Amino acid sequence: MNLLRRLTDGVPSRALWCLGLLLVGLLVAPAVLGKYGLSVLILILYFAYVGQAWNIMMGFAGQLSLGHALYAGLGGYIAAGLFFHYGIGPWAGLFVAVAAASAAGAVVGYLGFRFSLAGVYFALLTIAFSEFTRIAFDHWGWVGGSGGLFLKVDATVNLLNLRGGPILFYYVILALAVGAFILCRLLLESRLGRYWLAIREDAEAAQAVGVPVLRCKMIAVVISAAMTALAGVWNAFYYNNLFPETAFAMGRSIEFTLAPIIGGLGTLFGPIVGAVVLTGLGEIFTDLSEVFHISGIKQIFYGLALLIIVMYRPAGVWPWLADRFGFGEKRR
Amino acid sequence: MTSDFLLSLAQAITKGLLTGMVYGLMALGLSVIFGVMRVVNFAHGELMVVGMYLAWMGFEYLQVSPMLSLPLIAAVFFVAGYALQRGVISPFIGRPEHQQFLLLLAIAILLVNACLAIAGPDSRGVQMESQFDSYELGPLVFDAVRLHAALVAVAIAGLLWLFFTRTRIGKSIRAAADNHMGALVVGLDVKRLYAFTFGVGAACVGAAGALMITIIPVTPFLAAEYTLLAFVIVIVGGLGSMTGALLGGLLIGVSEAVAGLLLQPSLKSMVSFGILILVLLLRPQGLLGKNSQ
Repeated sequence: MNLLRRLTDGVPSRALWCLGLLLVGLLVAPAVLGKYGLSVLILILYFAYVGQAWNIMMGFAGQLSLGHALYAGLGGYIAAGLFFHYGIGPWAGLFVAVAAASAAGAVVGYLGFRFSLAGVYFALLTIAFSEFTRIAFDHWGWVGGSGGLFLKVDATVNLLNLRGGPILFYYVILALAVGAFILCRLLLESRLGRYWLAIREDAEAAQAVGVPVLRCKMIAVVISAAMTALAGVWNAFYYNNLFPETAFAMGRSIEFTLAPIIGGLGTLFGPIVGAVVLTGLGEIFTDLSEVFHISGIKQIFYGLALLIIVMYRPAGVWPWLADRFGFGEKRR
Repeated sequence: MTSDFLLSLAQAITKGLLTGMVYGLMALGLSVIFGVMRVVNFAHGELMVVGMYLAWMGFEYLQVSPMLSLPLIAAVFFVAGYALQRGVISPFIGRPEHQQFLLLLAIAILLVNACLAIAGPDSRGVQMESQFDSYELGPLVFDAVRLHAALVAVAIAGLLWLFFTRTRIGKSIRAAADNHMGALVVGLDVKRLYAFTFGVGAACVGAAGALMITIIPVTPFLAAEYTLLAFVIVIVGGLGSMTGALLGGLLIGVSEAVAGLLLQPSLKSMVSFGILILVLLLRPQGLLGKNSQ
């Protein structure tokens, strides 16, 4: 009860009703939606979840990471590798996966923060580590090298080994997304969350008034990496294949950043709204591009949409929506 | 160590140095833009690839050698860069980094997919007459194509140096880079100077693209790789330093060639990223950068 009160404190009841309805709608969605609708919803929840994880680092603590594919890739590869080679199920494997990704996050974070790299320099360090790992995995036989790692496709539902159809994966990613949302809300209201905002706004001033800057940044990167690793595990078992070329690609890292930036950096609903907008646009453009038969046309539409959004709503779509409809969540 | 090995090592280093000069010219464009406007051009590799495609089209359809179409491509890039800065990027100067990043990412997506839509996904190369010519210096062999590209790259870098040190507008740009407020106070049209700078940076990378197509064929998928490569070079040399960009280009060119010889060609960029991580941690301002991060 205490937790529930902390979660709902200060939220207008109108917004709570909307949230409740949304959650009920999401819970019954698989009964209503067809195969295609469900796959789109799964994609939205996946990007909302990873976006939430990335937002902790950039939106809350102000550290620009363009290498989050490293944590998702490590998580996915470790859980899938353990399952593939030793039959260790993902529920056990994910502890190893999360531990390894957190450790990687701690190393990247410690080096970056200890040597006080900021902004673009820090972003490049994260890219460098992710690319470095990509090439290493390309040449590492245990994970199948550049040929990839494949899990046996098995549609019989087996919750213990995370094997099953889309509905199973839908509920797992829904649970992750809801959990991440609640965690972010609690974090943002906590002392740590306030410290993060102080660091984001002015790290030197925060340091001067006694905020343990290095420790707070480290916690941010470790939490963010651990959450991203879970997304990687989910992703590996949902798609049943892993390639270094895609798992650690810079494009993957960039994908993770888009939903929160487009939705509204540093807000709780930003990653969710951004995921809806981007996935929705992606699906529309896929249909639209079938009319033209030109390679790359879908991406051209996508690029144009990004350009228009960033030019006219640089602070994101959600703060603007919230303002118009009176929900009142602004970027703190 | 046999003398055979030493010779092939020397040969790899020579090849790396020559390619590195073209890399340096490409990175110079990124460095100039960042040094003046503090905007990180995430669409740099995409511009490079557009330059390569333009030179390829000139060769394929009009039978013009890339070396001859280079001045025209550089001019087109200058105008396009000027217009891009004036029309799209200008309001984003001084905005948070993630907004600039998203803007240039959108431009990058548009550029690379326009290439894909027009030229298709196949790799496109230029077969020049001098393809198999070479010069010999003692036991060392220089590919004619690579040597010409490197010499032109150095000449363009020299022109750029003259521009920034001898011309009034070049000096004004440096003044605006050193002190933005001061430049405004003395009445410089900083917005125009910024547009000019982006034009010059774009012209550099366009010229580098025209040179690069003589060395390797182009595909749209090279773009992201070149963006990263330009970043690595510029950070290693020192972001904002012109000589740094050239030195970084040589260093990365040589490290790629030597890694390709000693390890495996597919491991060559791992060495570059390793160098990047070391430089970021030990000397974040880059080898020749000023300590002003």
